[in-house]
Amino acid sequence: MPAWSAIAKGDELPPLELRLTRADLVRYAGASGDFNPIHWSDRTAAAVGLPGVIAHGMLTMALAGRLVTRWVGDPAAVRSYAVRFTRPVVVPDDDAGALLELSGKVGDVREAEPDSCRVATIDITARFAGKTVLGRAAAEVVLPE
Amino acid sequence: MAIDPAVVGTAQPAVTVDVEPGRLRAFAHAIGETDPVYTDLEAARTAGHPDLPVPPTFLFGLGAGDFAWLTGLGVDLRRVLHGEQHFTYHQVAHAGDTLTLTPRIVDVFSKRAGSLQFLIREIAVRRDDGSPIADLRETLIVREPAGAS
Repeated sequence: MPAWSAIAKGDELPPLELRLTRADLVRYAGASGDFNPIHWSDRTAAAVGLPGVIAHGMLTMALAGRLVTRWVGDPAAVRSYAVRFTRPVVVPDDDAGALLELSGKVGDVREAEPDSCRVATIDITARFAGKTVLGRAAAEVVLPE
Repeated sequence: MAIDPAVVGTAQPAVTVDVEPGRLRAFAHAIGETDPVYTDLEAARTAGHPDLPVPPTFLFGLGAGDFAWLTGLGVDLRRVLHGEQHFTYHQVAHAGDTLTLTPRIVDVFSKRAGSLQFLIREIAVRRDDGSPIADLRETLIVREPAGAS
């Protein structure tokens, strides 16, 4: 667990590497209720000009969110979370799937209400195939005492 | 097909959803969450939660069903990409909460000579006691087929 009072701009969060397979997309479709066929049907993805079946943007966002919540330790600490989906994560129909590399860095720490709590902005980087797939991805979290 | 800009400002019907623990566990499993606070009631209570907490992105799409509101606008779901997503949290929701989601279409515009249409929606999420849970803002992008106008 980090020494919270010493957290400062530039500190890095423990990175997270994940592999997404078609099974993960099907599971997320069921759990989220997003059954858009571009997330499971090669035929549909090809018909609408996509490079392949792509992961739900919200799955990538959820995985990147784990990076933040496991660091701060509490989902209730999250004050805001926002991303732009800048590139698709193409998930092949094989066992290896797509490798997603997630990392985060403290971009800012400031005092905020109530009770002068310390709020950190975490800048998140998500990479797939060597390129970023999220833009302006950031979460604001209340740091523990 | 172009989305009618007259939909800007449309308040969509509010949707009320019960946050079910089984659904939360399925969601936690689907995002590979291993922290027991999301799946084990005892772990959640030990961490100070009244019940299983909702992971930060769970609220997206809650109550959206099969995206009927999009098909109702004449949008082909296969051509929809998620462009941007914002969450502002007021307090964390838990299993057992009854949440009301109130969506509103706040902007529609196009780029690249109409080949990309942007649809922006805001959704206020409140608990049934009226307390605010979160405000969501989503940008959806509809890709028109090449050659279509």
